[in-house]
Amino acid sequence: MSVVSSYTPRKGRNVELALVVGAVGIVLLAYLNVELAATGTIPPGTLTLVGGYLALAIGFHLVLRWRASYADPLMLPIITLLNGLGLVMIHRIDIAHGKSIADGVALRQLMWTAVAMVVAAVVLVVLRDHRVLRRYTYLAGAIGFGLLLLPLLPVIGTSVYGSRIWIQLGPFSFQPGEIAKIALAIFFAGYLVQTRDALSVAGRKVLGLTLPRARDLGPILVAWLASLAVLIFERDLGSSLLFFGLFVAMLYVATERVSWIVIGLTLFCVGAYVAYLAFGHVQTRVLLWLDTFSPEALRASDQLAKGLMGMASGGMFGTGLGRGRPDLTYFAESDFIIPSFGEEIGLIGLFAVFMLYALLVQRGLRTSLGTRDGFGKLLAAGLSFSVALQCFVVVGGVTRVIPLTGLTMPFLSSGGSSLLANWTLVAILLRISDHARRPLPEANAPSAVAQARTEVVRLR
Amino acid sequence: MNAPVRRLSLVVAVLFASLLVSTTLIQYVFAADLNARPDNRRTLLSTFARERGEILVGQTAVAKSVPVDDEYKYQRVYDEGKLYAHVTGSYSFFGASGGLEQAENSLLSGSSDKLFYRRVSDLFTGRRAQGANVETTLDPKVQAAAADGLKGITGAAVALDPKTGAILAMVSNPTYDPNDLASHDLREVQRNSTALNKDPGKPLLNRSINELYPPGSVFKVVTAAAALSTGEYTENSVLPGPAVLDLPDTSADLPNHDDRACSPSGEVTMTEALAVSCNTAFAYLGMQIGADALQSQAAKFGFGDALSVPMRVTPSSVPAQMNKPQLAQSSIGQYDVRVTPLQMAMVAAGVANRGVVMKPYLVESVIGSDLAVIESADPQELSEAVTPEVAGQLTRMMEAVVNDGTGTKAQIPGVDVAGKTGTAQHGEGRKAHAWFISFAPANDPKIAVAVIAEDGGVAGSEAGGGTVAAPIAKQMMEARLNR
Repeated sequence: MSVVSSYTPRKGRNVELALVVGAVGIVLLAYLNVELAATGTIPPGTLTLVGGYLALAIGFHLVLRWRASYADPLMLPIITLLNGLGLVMIHRIDIAHGKSIADGVALRQLMWTAVAMVVAAVVLVVLRDHRVLRRYTYLAGAIGFGLLLLPLLPVIGTSVYGSRIWIQLGPFSFQPGEIAKIALAIFFAGYLVQTRDALSVAGRKVLGLTLPRARDLGPILVAWLASLAVLIFERDLGSSLLFFGLFVAMLYVATERVSWIVIGLTLFCVGAYVAYLAFGHVQTRVLLWLDTFSPEALRASDQLAKGLMGMASGGMFGTGLGRGRPDLTYFAESDFIIPSFGEEIGLIGLFAVFMLYALLVQRGLRTSLGTRDGFGKLLAAGLSFSVALQCFVVVGGVTRVIPLTGLTMPFLSSGGSSLLANWTLVAILLRISDHARRPLPEANAPSAVAQARTEVVRLR
Repeated sequence: MNAPVRRLSLVVAVLFASLLVSTTLIQYVFAADLNARPDNRRTLLSTFARERGEILVGQTAVAKSVPVDDEYKYQRVYDEGKLYAHVTGSYSFFGASGGLEQAENSLLSGSSDKLFYRRVSDLFTGRRAQGANVETTLDPKVQAAAADGLKGITGAAVALDPKTGAILAMVSNPTYDPNDLASHDLREVQRNSTALNKDPGKPLLNRSINELYPPGSVFKVVTAAAALSTGEYTENSVLPGPAVLDLPDTSADLPNHDDRACSPSGEVTMTEALAVSCNTAFAYLGMQIGADALQSQAAKFGFGDALSVPMRVTPSSVPAQMNKPQLAQSSIGQYDVRVTPLQMAMVAAGVANRGVVMKPYLVESVIGSDLAVIESADPQELSEAVTPEVAGQLTRMMEAVVNDGTGTKAQIPGVDVAGKTGTAQHGEGRKAHAWFISFAPANDPKIAVAVIAEDGGVAGSEAGGGTVAAPIAKQMMEARLNR
C-alpha cells in the first residue's frame, strides 16, 4: 500500500545552485591547500581554472533549469565535488612527479571534464524522454557486448599491466568497459521489462527456494559466459564482476525472485573458482589479495602493499593535502587514487568521499522508486547500482576486500573514457529523475480541447 | 518492482559498509603495524624529512643534519667522524646504528614521548617538527688525547669524572668514519657497511664498553680492596711474595712474571706488592680472603651490572664457581675474570671518589629545538665500593705504583697520580694486553682513566702496561688538568 498524497513538488534548482557553488568552493580550498603545501604560493592561474570549472558546473545547472527543471537537485553538486576533488588530487600528483600544470595529467583531465560535461548536457537536451531509449534495446545490447569484448580483438586491443581492457585507436586509447556499462544497462532494462513476466514464472521448488523454469535460464547463462570470457581472456575480474553483478541485480529487480541472485552468485563463484584453478594470472591476483606482504606476493607486485602503507601513513586525519607521499604508489592518480586520498585526507576524509558516492547512489535508487514506467525504474536502479558496485570493486580492491582489479573510481580517477561515461550516466539518471519528480498533469482539470469553444469550420 | 529496489539499496549499504570497515582496519587498527614495516619508505622518508637533532661535544656539533636538495631533505654530517665514531654511531636510510644515534634515537628524531607537548604545539603553530639536541659529557681535549695516544694501536680508552660519573672520553680503535654509512647513495652505504662488518679489526665494535678483556694485574686493586675491607689487612700488612706460589689441589704453580721473588726477603708489604705488581702476594691474599669476598667486592665496583650510558654496556664478570687455584688466578685478574675498559675506569673512579662509584653517563643534557632543557643529567651513586678509609689506603698504594713502581711513566710533574699497570695474558704465545688505570690529582681527583692496548705488552713481562698504556693515560690526565 502506498499513501497517496497530493503536494507540489519542489524543483530544488536554487538549492542545487547553492550546493554547486559550495562544491566548487570546497574544490577551490583543496586546490589552494595543495598549492600552498607543495609550493608555498598561490599560482596566478587559480581564478581562471577554478572560475572555468565553476562556469562549466553552472552551465550544466542552467541546462537542467532549461530542460529538466524537476531533476534531482543533489546529483550535480555531488559529482561536481567528486570530479573537482579528483582534479585536485591528480594535479597534486603531477606536482609530486615534477610536472607543471601545462604538461601534467590534470590539465588533460580538466579538458576531458569539460568534454564530458558538454556531452552530458547534450544528452539531456537531446534525450527529452528516457523511454525513447527503450526503442534501441537491442542496438544497445549489441554495442554493449561489442564494446565489452572489443579489447579481445587483435591490433586495437592492448594489454596494459596484464589486463586486456584497453583499446588503442591511433593515438587514442580508452577503456570501452565504461561505456559498455551504460549500453548494457539500457539493454538489460529494455530486455527485462519485456521478458520479466516469463522470467518470473515459478518453476520447481528446491529447499524452500522457488527456482525459475529451466528454459528461462538462457539469458543468465549467456551473461555468465560473457562475464567469464571477460575474466579469462581480458584478465579483468573487475569488469567481469561489474557486468555480471549488474545483470543479476537488474534481473532480481525485474522479477523479484531471490532465486536469480542465488543462481547468479553460484554461477559466478563456480566460474571464478574454475578460473582460479586454471589460470596462473588469477592465482597471482588471489595471492596478492590474501597474502599481500608475503615475499612471493611482493616479488609479483608491491603495488597493493605500497597503497596500503600509504593509507596507513594517513591514519585518522591524513597528512593534509600536498603533504603526504602518494606518488610512492604506482597509478596514484588512477587505480590507486583512493589510497592517495586516504593518505592525505585521512580516514575521515575518505569516509566523507564514500558518503558522497553512497548519497549519489541513494538518489539514483530513489529516482528508480519514483519512476512510473518499468523501463525507467529498471534503468535507474541498474545505473545507480553499477556506480555502487564499481566503487566497491575499486575500493574493495585497494583495501583487500576483494582481489585487486583495474577499474577506475568514477569521477575521481584520471581517464577520459571514464569521465565521459559517468557524466553521461548521471545525465540519464537526471533525465529519469526529472520524469519521476515532475507532477502529473492535473487529471480532473479540463483539457485545452474541452475548454475551447466549438467553432464551425468553414469547409470552403 | 519497488520492493526489490529497496532491498537493493540494502545491498548497496552493505557494500559501502564493508568499505568503511576495510579502510578503518587499514588506516586505524593496523596503521601502526603498517607504518612500522621496515620496507615502508614513507616512514623512513618522514623521519628523514624532519630535522634530526645534533649531538654536541661542548659547543661543537659532532653529528648534525644539513639541509640538502634531494628527497631525503637532510644529510647527516659527522665532523671529526673518526674521532667520535663510537660515541655518535651513524644514521642512514637503513636507520640509526650504534652510539647515541641509536640509543637516543627517539629524542634525536623527535618521536620521543618526552617531546609530546612540543609536537602538539608544533602542530598548531605550524612549525616544522625538529628533533632534540643531545649534549654529551665528553671533554674534547681528553678525547683527542686518548685518540692520539691510541693511534695505530688496537684498544680502547675511557675517562670518567670520578665525582659524577660523567664520561670524559670514550675511544675505541680501530675506528671508522660514520659519514661512510650516512650517504644517501644506498648502494654505497650497503657496500661500506658490508666492508666494515667484514673487517677483522672490528672497527664498528665499541671496545670501551662492549668488549670483554682479561684485566690482568689492574684487577689487583679489586683484590686489595676486598682484603682491606675485611679489616684484617692494612696497606702495611706483610705478605709472602715468593718467586713461585705453590697452588693447592693441583700440580700447577703460580709464578711471578719475572720468576723472581718480589723482594730479597721474600716478604712484602701490601703497598710494595701492588707497586711491583707481585703476583704471588695477591694470589695468596685472594686465597686468604676467599672467593665470596672477592666476588662481592667486584660486584660493589659494578661487575655484573647491566648499565646503559645510554648505550648498553656489556657486564663485566668474576666467575661464580672457583676452586682454590682458580681463585688464585682470578685474584691477579687472570682465569675467567672479564672486564670492559669502562668497568676498570669505574674501579679507578670509585677509589678516587672516596670509595663511592658513580653511575657512568654520556649525556649531559637534552635540549629541545626551542633551546628548552628537556632532560639534564642527575649524577647518581651506583654503590659504595669501599669505605673512605679503605679508599684512602688504596689511593696511597696506587700512588706508590706511579711514584716508584711499575707505573712511573704516568707521572705528571706537580700532580699526585695514582695508578696501576696490568698485563693480561690471553692465550699461550700471544702478546699480552697492556692495561693502565689511574686517577689524578690523588687528593682531589678530576679524572679517572682506563686504557687498554690489545697485544701491547710483552709476553711474560709486566712492562707492557707501564710502557704502552701508562703514557696514554698520562696524556689524557694532562689534557684534563690543563698540563
